Amino acid sequence: MSGTQTTYNDKVVRQFAVMTVIWGIVGMLVGVIIAAQLVWPELNIGWLHFGRLRPLHTNAVIFAFGGCALFATSYWCVQRTGHTRLWGGPLIPFTFWGWQIVILLAAVSLPLGITTGKEYAELEWPIDILITLVWVSYGLVFFGTIAKRTVSHIYVANWFFGAMIVAVALLHLVNSCEVPVGFLRSYSCYAGVQDAMIQWWYGHNAVGFFLTAGFLGMMYYFVPKQAGRPVYSYRLSVVHFWALIFTYMWAGPHHLHYTALPDWTQSVGMIFSLILLAPSWGGMINGIMTLSGAWHKLRDDPILKFLITSLSFYGMSTFEGPMMSIKTVNALSHYTDWTVGHVHSGALGWVAMVSIGSMYYLLPRLFGKAEMFSTKLITVHFWIATIGTVLYIAATWISGVMQGLMWRAVNTDGTLAYSFVESVKGSYPFWAIRWLGGVLFLTGMLIMAYNMFKTMAGGNTKDVPVVAAVAHHA
Amino acid sequence: MSDFVSDFWNLYVVVIVLASILACAVLLIVQGKATFTPGKTMGHVWDETLEEYNNPMPKWWSWLFVITIVFALVYLALYPGLGNFKGLLGWTSGGQHKTEVAKMDATVKPLFDKYLAMDLKAVAADKQANEMGKRLFLTYCIQCHGADARGAKGFPNLTDNDWLYGGEPEQIKETISNGRQGMMPSHAQLGADTIKDLANFVRSLSGLPNDSVRAAKGKEAFNSVGCIGCHGPEAKGTQALGAPNLTDKTWLYGSSEATVTETVTNGRQNKMPAWKDFLGEAKVHLLSAYVLSLSQGAK
Repeated sequence: MSGTQTTYNDKVVRQFAVMTVIWGIVGMLVGVIIAAQLVWPELNIGWLHFGRLRPLHTNAVIFAFGGCALFATSYWCVQRTGHTRLWGGPLIPFTFWGWQIVILLAAVSLPLGITTGKEYAELEWPIDILITLVWVSYGLVFFGTIAKRTVSHIYVANWFFGAMIVAVALLHLVNSCEVPVGFLRSYSCYAGVQDAMIQWWYGHNAVGFFLTAGFLGMMYYFVPKQAGRPVYSYRLSVVHFWALIFTYMWAGPHHLHYTALPDWTQSVGMIFSLILLAPSWGGMINGIMTLSGAWHKLRDDPILKFLITSLSFYGMSTFEGPMMSIKTVNALSHYTDWTVGHVHSGALGWVAMVSIGSMYYLLPRLFGKAEMFSTKLITVHFWIATIGTVLYIAATWISGVMQGLMWRAVNTDGTLAYSFVESVKGSYPFWAIRWLGGVLFLTGMLIMAYNMFKTMAGGNTKDVPVVAAVAHHA
Repeated sequence: MSDFVSDFWNLYVVVIVLASILACAVLLIVQGKATFTPGKTMGHVWDETLEEYNNPMPKWWSWLFVITIVFALVYLALYPGLGNFKGLLGWTSGGQHKTEVAKMDATVKPLFDKYLAMDLKAVAADKQANEMGKRLFLTYCIQCHGADARGAKGFPNLTDNDWLYGGEPEQIKETISNGRQGMMPSHAQLGADTIKDLANFVRSLSGLPNDSVRAAKGKEAFNSVGCIGCHGPEAKGTQALGAPNLTDKTWLYGSSEATVTETVTNGRQNKMPAWKDFLGEAKVHLLSAYVLSLSQGAK
């Protein structure tokens, strides 16, 4: 630092990038195990049964895999587009090690059955406090770096990362408000339907901010970088950014259609979920159209394949979501595998693919290489991941719609045409296909890990100097 | 009834919802009026290569946004959403449910009423009624008694013609209508030795291997410590109390010495829920006839 030139802090990016791949494998492996438990119920052994492993899977893929990817890419992006070294001193390694401890504590406490019972917020209060400390540090590092940037305009990717950090802090603090009754147990501050509403305000915005806004930030850096083209429309990014972060906050009640939640709240949740369609698609359009005029690059560049395919899945999921929020559609889809399919078209197709593409961009640069050890293996990974995703979501769509139709079918005497177990039996073959889709996706991650370690071998991890900002010429 | 504790919150919701929808429209309109230079960048460069075109927003996308905003406003005029305003259609989710249930009830009422007027044995013999009963059973009863009605540990087998509370048609209907509370008290105060004797005696009653000395001592204890109060002097049980016959080969919790010891030591609590209020008498009637039919081939 004190030398002639300031360098970027890539050490923390390197740490988070490697852990993204590692946690991706762990989280997806748990996913494959619980998918197998649905097909072969005898695999539910002791503590390691579906009920305990399912929250471990969701926490691992969202917060460990997705979280590490967000940390890595946002730290990389904010330095590169701020033309400055990361601010924060000891806070920076604290965000890495703190986050890893949170993940390890989750991996221990969830199989032990220590849980608040709130979906995607299962971790008990001592871990919640640690999350808060790490997240506030993350905010300080990120915004501290923004503050000391050497270029006047803040690049669009940073708006999304910043919104994600602020919103997730708010969501976590409000939803995790709990009264401890001992070291490993607590009760929610809220009761009844208000607790449910707060939980799904949190739950949907965990999707909206953690899994959408953050990853749109990733998209806005890595797509134009990899494509070597300017972002399609600055104005579109302004409108869809503000509309997206504003509207998402309202969408939670669609998780509680036809429940004790008052009708007016359900309606408000539904209409804002519908309004969310255009703001969501704004991101997809801006990403895909960035490639316009350079479509040929898609043919040879597997990283671009990952990025653009992720945007296609993003567009599909964000069309499906508003449709599923319509009460009459929700009456069919809710509580079925359709919801699971919808989540995974977003999680595998969008979140995982955009992260994987970004990691393939970052890894060689982080280890002083020109490119990944094997570009061919990236292509193999791409096709395996795509086929896995399509198998997964097609299987769960079919079984979901089938379940919805079977549950509502009645005989002429008013009795149910199918008992619940008949719908389980009907779903069975699709659960096998879904498991296979998961296995393929996991296989892709293993190929990625091999490729990563080969790229790391003999790598050079010397920090590179900060690039001087270009004075703008408009 | 209003969902709000005061009219302030009603107003708050109305204003903030409308203002928020409007804000989306304003954002779109104001930003759409910017000066665009298609194909030209904004003039900023980050990280050597990152730039942004000053292209307008796609028209079809702007229209999509407008359509969803208009849809939202129309929806809020028709359906509940703006605080206490009920919407022009007067729709409620509770009302929709009531209407659908009432419609179905009206359709099937004659059918159910026909069977309700019939004697349970006659209903049990009716093929159509039996199928209806089975479908009800598969929806409401299999969670405990199993799809084949053969029960599980703690949940009675309904096909063996062995009854805790009686197998007469009216007794079955009473069980389903009002439920049953099974209660074997704890006898831990007798001490482990006496309980072991009792367990051996109980096993001897149904011809299971046992220690004959202990069984003899257990028989004395059985008569003296109060077991006969519920299970009767011959240990054949009392259906009025739901106390099981201990001399047959039917075991609700299991027949091993360890299980019998556990039952005597800690007692057992069991519950058959009451279904009359939830299902109504007509469905309970059909279910009773179906359960009656299940054991007619047995013994």
